[in-house]
Amino acid sequence: MWSALVDGLFSGVSIGSVLLLSALGLAIVFGLMGVINMAHGELMMLGAYTTVLVQGTLKGTPLFDSYILFALIASFIVTALFGLLLERTVIRYLYGRPLETLLATWGVSLMLQQFVRSVSWEFIIGTTIAIALFMGGTIGIKRIPAKFRDVSTAGIGLVAGTIALQISNALGNMYGLFMTKPWFGAQNQDVTAPQWLRGGLKLGFVDVQFSYVRIFIIVLTVICLAAVYFFLNRTQWGLRIRAVTQNRSMSSCLGIPTDRVDALTFAVGSGLAGIAGCAVSLLGSVGPNTGQNYIIDTFMVVVVGGVGNLVGSIVAALVIGMSSYLYGTFAGQIPVIQDLSKAIGIDLGAQTMAKVVVFALIVVFLQFKPGGLFPQKGRTVDA
Amino acid sequence: MNNKFGRREFLFFGSTIAGSLLLKSCATAPTPTTGASTAPGASSTSAPAGGDVIKVGILHSLTGTMAISEKSVVDAENLAIEEINKAGGVLGKQIVAITEDGQSDWPTFAEKAKKLIDQDKVATVFGCWTSASRKAVLPVFEAKKHLLWYPVQYEGQECSNNVFYTGAAPNQQIEPSVDWLLEKKGKEFFLVGSDYVFPRTANTIIKAQLAAKGGKTLGEDYIPLGVNEVKPVIAKIKAALPNGGVIYNTLNGDTNVAFFKEMQASGMGPDKYPVMSVSIAEEEVQAIGVEYLKGHYAAWNYFQTVDTPASKKFVAAFKAKFGEKRVVNDPMEAAYIMVYLWAAAVKKAGKYDDLDAVKKAAYGSTFDAPEGLVTMNSNHHLSKFVRIGEVVDTGLFKIVEETKEAVKPLPWNQFVAETKGFSCDYSDPAKGGKFKAT
Repeated sequence: MWSALVDGLFSGVSIGSVLLLSALGLAIVFGLMGVINMAHGELMMLGAYTTVLVQGTLKGTPLFDSYILFALIASFIVTALFGLLLERTVIRYLYGRPLETLLATWGVSLMLQQFVRSVSWEFIIGTTIAIALFMGGTIGIKRIPAKFRDVSTAGIGLVAGTIALQISNALGNMYGLFMTKPWFGAQNQDVTAPQWLRGGLKLGFVDVQFSYVRIFIIVLTVICLAAVYFFLNRTQWGLRIRAVTQNRSMSSCLGIPTDRVDALTFAVGSGLAGIAGCAVSLLGSVGPNTGQNYIIDTFMVVVVGGVGNLVGSIVAALVIGMSSYLYGTFAGQIPVIQDLSKAIGIDLGAQTMAKVVVFALIVVFLQFKPGGLFPQKGRTVDA
Repeated sequence: MNNKFGRREFLFFGSTIAGSLLLKSCATAPTPTTGASTAPGASSTSAPAGGDVIKVGILHSLTGTMAISEKSVVDAENLAIEEINKAGGVLGKQIVAITEDGQSDWPTFAEKAKKLIDQDKVATVFGCWTSASRKAVLPVFEAKKHLLWYPVQYEGQECSNNVFYTGAAPNQQIEPSVDWLLEKKGKEFFLVGSDYVFPRTANTIIKAQLAAKGGKTLGEDYIPLGVNEVKPVIAKIKAALPNGGVIYNTLNGDTNVAFFKEMQASGMGPDKYPVMSVSIAEEEVQAIGVEYLKGHYAAWNYFQTVDTPASKKFVAAFKAKFGEKRVVNDPMEAAYIMVYLWAAAVKKAGKYDDLDAVKKAAYGSTFDAPEGLVTMNSNHHLSKFVRIGEVVDTGLFKIVEETKEAVKPLPWNQFVAETKGFSCDYSDPAKGGKFKAT
């Protein structure tokens, strides 16, 4: 009895903490900034792939046992930088246009998925040469009269593309597999937890084993939460972020550089996604599709919790985690559900149905409380 | 500063670059694989000496959740085509493969199958992995009276005149493995699978077999494809089998990784909870990590460690073409077999466009496959060897059980009441796909 209770509590909390950790970045980007970032899952995926790379690099060195710590830092930095790039080149132009943001970030997510499948030295070198030639060329033609500029830049683009294509093909033919072989390919990558994270903690008085990886993720989630709380409430940039969230134009009038605040917020949110990606790589597989498995759950957490509210996300994640665990594990043993399953010929106790039931409950819940658990009071976030 | 790089320019330049990159990918990606050809793109238009070429279709998921498994099958098919071409081709013609991506999406499979048949006019199609994708393309092949070669072990209960199945039928994989488990590992079973047609049908068969042979099914559960949260299932297994028991695993794709990681973390090792998997082969062991799988079992017809001359030759040829680190597995072997069987049937029939003649020629044809000498039966399935392997440190399998001779395929299951007594035979027009044998 006790062991079932303790195990259930632990399992629910650990499922919830995975949800929360992956939704934390989104809670900032979507919750605070109002940017519908469909590429959030792919940012997680980037973090997971960074973990794979760090693991591969440190293999065989004495640092290998603690590679996961380096991987966490590296994932944060890589995805935060990528988030910064994404914000500066794409999202910045789309503030206040949620539909376009949705489509653009979805496009980015598809590009990222294909990128990790096909990235190879040939691909990288070719793309770099194309961009460098093109940028150089466009600076070179600044003097050309404006009306010819479109035509000539198109020409430069074509020439740059062709040169890059030829060079990368030549490299591919010269060096063969080394150049053309994809770094990762479509195959899933193997992330192995370091020795000290394998297995689990046995408790003497109850017959339960707590998996170390799960404990690690719970601790990591708490640390990330604390860090985000500290950052938002105790630092100057956090103050600015909150100010811009509440009233963008007034903040701007008062001299807050909203442009830089946006970039920073987005970068931090992306970095958190990277950390989440690193953490979930310990639980499941790392592949081009890793991100897609999480995107729906993360949005669900933020929406149920109430947009713009970190506390809401915490509660929502725990509630969703706990209820999916409870339903998935015990629904099959409840007589009513067994009878109902027999009557309609569908096994309502199966995992597939657990997801359906939890989502159905969420739909019903949102009918009554469209603003989520903790709706924003007063002025709503406008982008 | 009036020459600022504005949004309009950005879009313009960006699309130019994107366009040129697109051109690149078009130029290199769909290289048709005639082994003899050297220049990409040239092979589809220029005909080798001796006349035209024979086009065949390859239809697998190169992207999406199934790409992990299906890409290697494509490699094996290309290897077989290259070898056949090097040996002079079929009927003096070179084989050209046209590869289409089913994108792990079943309607896309049907669409691409139509494209291959109608637009490319291929002689036959090699393709599919999941039963869901096969069921999706089946109506296309039947309506167009075309021919699909399917290389993966599956749940049976199907016998189409338009498909040749070179993977195992249930009596060549699932049933022997359940017998072995009952004998060696215990009578109490928990069945866990992905939520689609193969695991559900397979589990129906396993439950019927266990009931017939004195085993007990203490629970079953299904996880949607691609889901990574397996904690509730693990808890369910633990509740159903508190003192250990056999887990029969028909999970497919990414979920396996999460499943085995969680099993180990929950302290459920192979000593108390041996897992028998039917979708985990050498490739998947690499992706999941051998440290999570060591000591667990898999049932297949072929493992890389099979010790026959044909197997050694196959492994060596594959590694030479695709790299030393690559491994081969059962579906790849079945894919390799089916290309050779098709080529042999075409040679015997003397023509490749009359599919009825090709089919007739295929019945009874044999091939010295890596797994042993296999025979194509008139029920469109292959007589195959059954093996059970245990995962060892190298990431390969130690073969712990194998049949002395090839097992005849039974597409209609004899443990399930609805299909008991039925059989399939296309060599006799009076019998067909499903007839009462006894």
